[in-house]
Amino acid sequence: MVKAQVRIQEVTYRYGSRVVLRNVTLDIPANQITVFFGPASSGKTTLLRLINRLNDDISGTSLSGHIYVGDQDIYAPGVDVPSLRRRVGMVFALPLPLPGTIRENVLYGPKLAGIRSRARLEEILYKSLSQAALWDEVKDRLDDRASALSGGQQQRLCIARSLALEPEVLLLDEPTSGLDPISTAKVEQSLLALKEHYTIIIVPHSVQQGARIADYAAFFLMGELVEHGPGVQVFQNARDRRTEDYVTGRFG
Amino acid sequence: MKKPSSQTRVARLPSRPLEFAIESLIRVLGFSAIGFVTLIFIFLLTEGLPAFLQVRPGNLFSTRWYPTFDLYGVLPLISGSALVTITAMLIAFPMGLFTAVFVREVAPNWAREVLKPLIEVLAGIPSVVLGFFGMTMLAPIVREVLGAPTGLTALTGAIILAYMSLPTIISVAEDALDAVPKSYRDASLAMGATRWQTIWRVVVPSARSGILMALMLGMGRAIGETMAVMMVTGNAARMPEGLQAILKPVRTMTATIAAEMGEVAHGSTHYHVLFGIGLILFAITFLINLAVASMMFQKRSRGGLR
Amino acid sequence: MTQRHLIQRLGFIFLGLVGFLVVAPILFVVGSIIWRGAGALTWRFLIEMPHNGMKSGGILPAIVGTLVLTAGVAIVAIPVGVGAAVYLSEYATDNWFTRAIRLAIVNLSSIPSVVYGLFGLGLFVLFLGFGTSILAGALTLAIMTLPVIISTAEEALRAVPAEFRTVSASLGGTKWQGIRYIVLPQALPGILTGVILGLLRAAGETAPILFTVAAFYLPRLPHSPFDETMALPYHLYVISTQVPGMPEGVQNATALVLLALVLTMNLVASIIRSYFRRRREW
Repeated sequence: MVKAQVRIQEVTYRYGSRVVLRNVTLDIPANQITVFFGPASSGKTTLLRLINRLNDDISGTSLSGHIYVGDQDIYAPGVDVPSLRRRVGMVFALPLPLPGTIRENVLYGPKLAGIRSRARLEEILYKSLSQAALWDEVKDRLDDRASALSGGQQQRLCIARSLALEPEVLLLDEPTSGLDPISTAKVEQSLLALKEHYTIIIVPHSVQQGARIADYAAFFLMGELVEHGPGVQVFQNARDRRTEDYVTGRFG
Repeated sequence: MKKPSSQTRVARLPSRPLEFAIESLIRVLGFSAIGFVTLIFIFLLTEGLPAFLQVRPGNLFSTRWYPTFDLYGVLPLISGSALVTITAMLIAFPMGLFTAVFVREVAPNWAREVLKPLIEVLAGIPSVVLGFFGMTMLAPIVREVLGAPTGLTALTGAIILAYMSLPTIISVAEDALDAVPKSYRDASLAMGATRWQTIWRVVVPSARSGILMALMLGMGRAIGETMAVMMVTGNAARMPEGLQAILKPVRTMTATIAAEMGEVAHGSTHYHVLFGIGLILFAITFLINLAVASMMFQKRSRGGLR
Repeated sequence: MTQRHLIQRLGFIFLGLVGFLVVAPILFVVGSIIWRGAGALTWRFLIEMPHNGMKSGGILPAIVGTLVLTAGVAIVAIPVGVGAAVYLSEYATDNWFTRAIRLAIVNLSSIPSVVYGLFGLGLFVLFLGFGTSILAGALTLAIMTLPVIISTAEEALRAVPAEFRTVSASLGGTKWQGIRYIVLPQALPGILTGVILGLLRAAGETAPILFTVAAFYLPRLPHSPFDETMALPYHLYVISTQVPGMPEGVQNATALVLLALVLTMNLVASIIRSYFRRRREW
């Protein structure tokens, strides 16, 4: 077993009286693509958001258990949440470029992190756009409005924006749900290249997509972690009947 | 179990104390509105209450306002305000409601594009300019048409006030009509009703509490109006008697304060009585708002301002 | 055409007529003030001191006084109002205390202007001892202006999509950084519109300055925040009701100057609003 980058230990998460996640324990391997999948409201997206504490501001919720990123218990008292989020990047379902130029979008995070050196910023700009497979398409118009890009380009910009912080973990929540097949393929390709440097956790927008890219997979159903294991095993040779039914399309 | 890594702690130090200071300041500013309302209330109370101690109730609630002779009967002022305000609402409410219905339900786009900015312009005209217009243009017309001895009458004031409260009435009523779900209209039209019938039997009735709010807020605006009223109502502190009173000069509470506060000795009985009148005005508008706010919070919990 | 449709047609025409009855007098008021004022308005009227008991000369001190007061209002009301709006939109949770704040704001917006005058007299002029001064007048007007600025600024802040705040947070931004670098810049045009509308109201008000700052006749420019000053709205009131034998031309020209000032501000506000509405990226 490779070294675990993110460890989820006995996490139970409630929204009011409703249990969204029930006693989930899961180790997520470093430098691989881990796929969280399952039907709607199975808790997969919630777990993803918990890993960089994006649900902190939602009132009426409670969390028990621990989530470790690297060696840090991220829900321990005194954790600096903005610094945590620099280590754990997030890409959302819809491309959400910030208002402003392509350059401003990519450098937003690094600038907030206090990086001032112009040379360093240029280097980050080039590196993250290249890693997201976007550099060649935008290198001549870095100061154009980000909103003028196509949907697929915008989503890769959002990936580049997260990479600009050189996070340890990259979370993606159905990042291709709004994209056409060609753009989807481009995003998937860039993910496969990225796992060399980053630990990636993704909620795919279809079972097929999950099967295509998963090194490791976890199946969720109504807040429970039903099954997890190497991608090939979970998608082609599931141990649990419910996983198999879902993967083969017999329900959900 | 694990301490935050050292990297985390380094990142905390430079920016956060400043942020804490800014966020605390924002919180204080957020609370400021409550502070100001409280301050205003306290000052009106401390300066206004002595009036009720220094002036006998029989004097205060009489019909004679002659401060030079220590006669502080506020009834003519209260009834003056009431007369002008009620007359203004009789004019403005139907006009405002009809206009709101026209803008929301009937008007073609071009008419809306003309009406809305003009109503905004009206809301922006300073009250002293409207007062000036009322004195120089409207009052002579009123005098001619009605054959009254002077054009500076309760009616003149009410007309000006009606127009001053129209922007409030129209915009609140518009919001109320806007909040009526489209499905209500569709259902009514599908059953064969005309748009006209739909408006008066479905849309307006379901917006009634919002329309009532429009009336109340318009009224609050009218009661508190000062300069225009002072300039066009003639300022005679007499009890209005009978219907023809609206063709005679009156004096409102607001005008009394504005006209007399400049000339009284600070701390005198007259001074305190004027603050007392201010306190009454404050109480009236406060109660109107409380009623509207409670209606609004009720509405919000049931979804939509209707 | 059936009878029902005839009724509808007549009804719609009636509503249109009422709409006309609402706006026609507005046009008439604005038009007549411009028409009558334009004849009497000269360049020198704007830049000269009043003479001869205000019956001749210009209205420079009143114009300057109103501009100075408005600037004073801006200095106080913008930071306080925008700060309060940021609190309400970004920090406040929906509880009884927030509802109390909202009730207080609605209340401030409907307190009669002359009552603000009383308050300013009581607190700033007498209690704090500022005397009748620009300071006292500007503070009084600023408090009166707050609700306009707070409500429009809050509306502008809330219109900024929530996702931007989440994205900023996900990139390691603190809450304040998200507000400072994303939310406030995006809401700026809306805030600016609200600020101008608030200042316009302050510039045109008479009752709150009656006992706090306004000078009846003071043919010089103010020197310090503790000076009294003339102001346009009060000046118009004075020359149209308090001074017998005032030439009509002076009255009409003064009314025109005041009206032009607020209408220009109104126009600027709507230009900002429509320009940025077309340009924004969400």
